[in-house]
Amino acid sequence: MMTVSSGCVDVRGAVKRFGGKEVIRSISLQVERGEIFGLLGPSGSGKTTLVKIIAGIDEATNGEIYLLGEKLPKLAMMNRIGYMAQSDALYAELSAKENLEFFGALFGLKGSKLKARMQYVMELVGLGGHLGRTVSAYSGGMKRRLSLAVALMHEPEVLILDEPTVGIDPLLRQSIWRELEALGRSGTTIIVTTHVMDEAEKCNRLGMIREGRLIALGTPADLKNQTGGGTIEEAFLRYGGGQE
Amino acid sequence: MRTGALMKRIVRQFMRDKRTLALLIAAPLLVLTLMYLVFNGDTYKPKLGLIGMPEPVVQQLEAYGAAVSVFEHADDADAALKDGRLDAYVTLQSGGTIVKLEGSDPAKNRAITMLIGRMAQKAAPSAANASLPAPEFQYLHGSSEMTTFDSLGPVLIGVFAFFFVFLIAGVSFLKERTSGTLERLLATPLRRWEIVAGYILGFGLFTGIQAVLIATYSIHVLGLMMTGSLWLVLLITLLLSVTALSLGTFLSAFANTEFQMIQFIPVVIVPQIFFSGLFNMESMSPWLRWLSHLMPLKYGADALRSVMIRGEGWNSVAFEIYLLIALSLFFMAANVLALRKYRKI
Repeated sequence: MMTVSSGCVDVRGAVKRFGGKEVIRSISLQVERGEIFGLLGPSGSGKTTLVKIIAGIDEATNGEIYLLGEKLPKLAMMNRIGYMAQSDALYAELSAKENLEFFGALFGLKGSKLKARMQYVMELVGLGGHLGRTVSAYSGGMKRRLSLAVALMHEPEVLILDEPTVGIDPLLRQSIWRELEALGRSGTTIIVTTHVMDEAEKCNRLGMIREGRLIALGTPADLKNQTGGGTIEEAFLRYGGGQE
Repeated sequence: MRTGALMKRIVRQFMRDKRTLALLIAAPLLVLTLMYLVFNGDTYKPKLGLIGMPEPVVQQLEAYGAAVSVFEHADDADAALKDGRLDAYVTLQSGGTIVKLEGSDPAKNRAITMLIGRMAQKAAPSAANASLPAPEFQYLHGSSEMTTFDSLGPVLIGVFAFFFVFLIAGVSFLKERTSGTLERLLATPLRRWEIVAGYILGFGLFTGIQAVLIATYSIHVLGLMMTGSLWLVLLITLLLSVTALSLGTFLSAFANTEFQMIQFIPVVIVPQIFFSGLFNMESMSPWLRWLSHLMPLKYGADALRSVMIRGEGWNSVAFEIYLLIALSLFFMAANVLALRKYRKI
């Protein structure tokens, strides 16, 4: 399980410093094609910084990142990555359709292809009937789903989601995870950060991060077995405790 | 095409935010109208050139507070008038007094007319030789009907076009950052320069409308003096707006909140207004006056004044126009560099 054949995402010794502070401390990990890979860690552990580096927005101070065989950061690779940040990052004055049109156009989508994608992603996130509504009239959960729809517009091969279900009710969280699982089955590689333990259970593999260090890597079942604990939470605490 | 998409989005957002649109367009018109209603003239110590005047007249004029210089020929005095070294010169011609005024500042015109008037009144009762025959006034620019608003109007057009665009563009660009949409833009293949260009084009459309409205409203509704080409006035106003647009979006990189953006007003805008020509700078110390060369607003205001009051053409404002274009490009380039903070490529 730990070795990689197709090597969709390959992080080699990534280090990130802000000023003098080391936020990412030499992290190496690989993610396979079609995998749902979870990054689990408390807030401030460096999850967001790491996924921004993998998404090609931020650059590692040291180390190398390869995505689908190409070294990052590279502007052309942005077409193959979908990124959804913690904030919804939508234009509230515009309708959902206009938001999707805009971001779609940035990825070079136009005409009937743009329309078809718009319909498809909105159906996927369960907002099919709300295309024409202004985003400011959306509820918090709807905005979150629209934000996911935006990230899916250009059919990215790698989808990077930073805490996609934060502040979302359990019912909606379940439906978002069903969507992610469906995407994973269709071949999309998904990297998702979370600090919710029961979400971590749903990932194919997990990386546990604490204070910028990767403290454990494996399937949820492996991690639980290795620490002899019954839950991911116990496993996380055990690994974390071992570091101190 | 991506720049085009960005431009289209900005236009759409703008159409939804009617209040900001109103600020951009109606506020300058409102303030200009107020200025028009409020402004009254003040006094000034005139610079007077004299040709072939008897010594007592010279002394009397100096006693009345004029800065007098004596010329041999009318040609020299004319040249001095054009350069702005003189406000007016006085000469005797076939028994009458000719007063020729530079004319672009009505406050100065009034001061000179009053001064000469006093000299002429003295003639009647005492018949002393420190008097002048009934004077005839001629104007190089402007006319006796010109008001303070006519003179300040071109500067005010520049000031308001600059101020409101700076603020709105700066805050909008800032919002892109605080709402997280900038991060999302940077997760697309959009290049940094494409973001800056999209903003300039999207906002440029509205600032263009603003420029047309401000200029035509001032000239046709408020009756602001206009002797030059309307197209030049529109071009200069538009360039001034684009400069404000590029400066505002650039400086927003150094603000973290809308409130911090407002804090740029006293730092960046107010000094420019002081140096823009609204206030007489001749009493200012030379080193301080030199500062005005660093202010984009001064170039725009100077050019607008040249065209609207002095009726001058392309050649005399070409330098200011090129400079405004250069400044805009400089601020845009600086903004592209400032965006490196968020994404290196």
